Amino acid sequence: MTTATAEPQQVDLHEAKGWRRTKNRIMTTLMVIAFVVVLVPLGFVLVTVIAKGASVISWSFLTGGPIPPIVVPAGVGGMGPAVLGTIEITALATVMAVPLGILGAIYLNEYGGRNWLAALIGFMSDVMTGVPSIIMGLFIFTIWVLHFGLSGLAGAFALACLMLPIVIRSSYEMLRLVPNSLREGSYALGATKARVTVTVVLPAAIGGIVSGALLAVARAAGETAPLLFCIGAAASANPNVFSGANTALPSQIFANANQPYTGAQDRGWGAALTLIAICFILMIVARLVTSRFARYSR
Amino acid sequence: MEQSEQEPAATTSMPKPAGLRDTQSVSSPTGAQVFDTKNVSIYYGSFRAVTDVSLTIYENEITAFIGPSGCGKTTVLRTLNRMNDLIPTARVEGDVHYRGASLYGKGVSPIAVRRRIGMVFQKPNPFPKSIYDNVAYGPRINGQHNKKKLDEIVERSLRGAALWDEVKDRLNKSGLGLSGGQAQRLCIARTLAVEPDVVLMDEPCSALDPIATGAIEDLMREIKSRYTIVIVTHNMQQATRVSDRTAFYSVLRDEKSDTRTGVLVEYGRTEQIFEDPKDSRTQAYVTGRMG
Amino acid sequence: MSTITQVDPAVPAGSTHPLERRRPLGDRTFAIIALASGLLVLVILVLIAVTTTQQSASWFSAEGLKIFTNNWDPSANQFGALAFIYGTAITGVIALIMAVPVSVGIALLLTEVVPYRWSRPIVYVVDLLAVVPSVVWGLWGILVFAPWLNHIYAHIGSAVTGIPVLGSLFGPPTSGASFFTAGIILAFMITPIVTSLSREVIATVPAIDREGAYALGATRWEMIRGAVLPHSQGGIVGAVLLGLGRAMGETIAVALVIGSSPVITSHLFAPGYNMPAVIANQFGEATGVFRAGLMGIGVLLFVFTIIINVIARGIVERNARRKRGA
Repeated sequence: MTTATAEPQQVDLHEAKGWRRTKNRIMTTLMVIAFVVVLVPLGFVLVTVIAKGASVISWSFLTGGPIPPIVVPAGVGGMGPAVLGTIEITALATVMAVPLGILGAIYLNEYGGRNWLAALIGFMSDVMTGVPSIIMGLFIFTIWVLHFGLSGLAGAFALACLMLPIVIRSSYEMLRLVPNSLREGSYALGATKARVTVTVVLPAAIGGIVSGALLAVARAAGETAPLLFCIGAAASANPNVFSGANTALPSQIFANANQPYTGAQDRGWGAALTLIAICFILMIVARLVTSRFARYSR
Repeated sequence: MEQSEQEPAATTSMPKPAGLRDTQSVSSPTGAQVFDTKNVSIYYGSFRAVTDVSLTIYENEITAFIGPSGCGKTTVLRTLNRMNDLIPTARVEGDVHYRGASLYGKGVSPIAVRRRIGMVFQKPNPFPKSIYDNVAYGPRINGQHNKKKLDEIVERSLRGAALWDEVKDRLNKSGLGLSGGQAQRLCIARTLAVEPDVVLMDEPCSALDPIATGAIEDLMREIKSRYTIVIVTHNMQQATRVSDRTAFYSVLRDEKSDTRTGVLVEYGRTEQIFEDPKDSRTQAYVTGRMG
Repeated sequence: MSTITQVDPAVPAGSTHPLERRRPLGDRTFAIIALASGLLVLVILVLIAVTTTQQSASWFSAEGLKIFTNNWDPSANQFGALAFIYGTAITGVIALIMAVPVSVGIALLLTEVVPYRWSRPIVYVVDLLAVVPSVVWGLWGILVFAPWLNHIYAHIGSAVTGIPVLGSLFGPPTSGASFFTAGIILAFMITPIVTSLSREVIATVPAIDREGAYALGATRWEMIRGAVLPHSQGGIVGAVLLGLGRAMGETIAVALVIGSSPVITSHLFAPGYNMPAVIANQFGEATGVFRAGLMGIGVLLFVFTIIINVIARGIVERNARRKRGA
């Protein structure tokens, strides 16, 4: 506030007054609200799943079978076949997708450099992460199921197609972080490129790579669409993942979700709780691996 | 180590009379020629990084490359063990001979080259493995898997690098946990473990404190009787302390294209380079007026 | 003649067999395996396109351009798919309208407002949204969320009946399982990816620009508007497009809550259908041209999502390259 007389000027050092300050506060509040808006549904889902699923979960639910028809109330049979199916199908998909994904990332980072093919593969790999998972299911249905029938293997193929670009991208980012000085040190001792990659680069990046792979596994374990047309709907456990119809937790949840029978719905909640628990555990382990074992991280 | 039984070829075998020193073909009274480069130029794509280097490195000597930054001394060093191959656009013209055989000739495997000609880098780069596995890495990739033999090699190499006493009780601890000086000695031990003929060192002490630097310099003097050493250093005092011969590189600036190309200015015995340099550029550098 | 000992550089030092030659056979093989693994991506994409198109050929030939009509009646052998395309577009738009402000808001919160220590837990929470499997969103959606929304829709619907624009958007018929519900759930599901990509984009704004704005006495919001947003606009558009791609392809949650009714209507609270949902729900029992039709819808979905993803990734790449070059 200045006065026209000879009195000294008063310097106003307070923050912006009036509308500017209010607007700033409003926007900050909106940003916080945005976060809260996210918290609410997340909380609701988790609370509901835990509340409704916990009453259904029991050892016999997790391991017992066969899966009863939808009209049967909860407490009879169990989801054992689905748990087994999820484990074996996801494991098979992992065994296929993770090594291939790591090798692909090795090509992109260690061999491809700046050449056009590596750029194309990297780009299309990212694009592939955006392909809807149901397309993978239709694809495997077309080239495998039509010829060889439904099986856990077909489901694993579809899940592997889903996981492959995810593993490639995350492994690539981890390999990039390994300092070049390590590679040079290995070359200077007379190692071939393959040796350098396998004995020095890969071990240095392995923590981050494993963590990324675990997240891909969590994603695959929760997917339903790729399995819809590939594994069928077995009611009893099928330990042979290579032939015969199978089932998995997501498939069971989907099948039960639309049913009016409370028994089916209860089993759906139980399966949902089991599935979320599996995904959460995988995610937590992935973060643990990152913090304890990822030597080079962002 | 393979030693030459015969004297080197005629032109370089006779010591010249005092006062008549030819800067580029000063003879060595004892050793064979380990490296012989003639008119070597190194390009990155179309950019000529180093031009026309001709010099001879002698056995069991420490040869220092000195010069201002950008003069190509590291580039020339890396040419001697074909590490420049790792850069896609790098190209070497001219002759580089190692003990009489062309280093860049047809059919020569860079892998095999690097097993005979080792390198220690500016910043210590131990692998994220145990100390034992760091040193055993080289022998293992050479096919040596016998545990007893590996134990011997590891101990011998760590002793050779003057590191054994400090780490013998923690061989399976990570190599990353060592101090700078220790880590660099680990890298030297790792290099010695494959029993190379030559050890190239690219500013090995620039990331180390003076005490660690002194330890490395002592080590160099100690092992020179068994190896041939070429060291790039920006520290002139270090060159005078450890080296037998010194090569001084400088930069040629091309006004038209505004490019800088490295060039070998003068090469000779270290005392001569520093006390009685023949080229004015050498004199300016070693007396501190330039660089 | 001098006899300098000829040393063969190809012979490994330190080896016990001086004549031993190592050929880098293993080296070449490894390189080839790595290349083949990388090529697998391209091979799979091409195979997907080829095989699914083949399988749907009978639909394309039977319907021709009629696939773009709103006429889906399998029992009458009619397979016009416009309703599903409409549904995919509408639910995508609804999801974006809700998810983008929230995601960008959270991204700004994390980069500009919150001190670093608190950003990790917030990121964890947002990532938790992504960990919830699609089918669980769907289960909760149809059994809990939709019934609850049903009441709300009914109230809104009766309140706006007769009002010109609002009435046709939010008026009856209303149903818990509807376009709008699917859009909401999609918004929940795409928020993590849009947030994390927006964060990456915003983080590339140089600190100098932020400081410049502050040095002129700007408030934080003014700084964001003046320095951050202009810089990151392009990248955020890329992030949004990627979110749209995800929303379009999300199948199971939508299949459960969208209402399974192939109609084209402006009433957002009405039951509807979209491309991935109809495939998921009806493929199991479909045969002949019906099945080819569903497969063909899959082909269209594949093409749409590839196009959107290519554009989006291109934009994001260009933004990243500009940062590296700058």
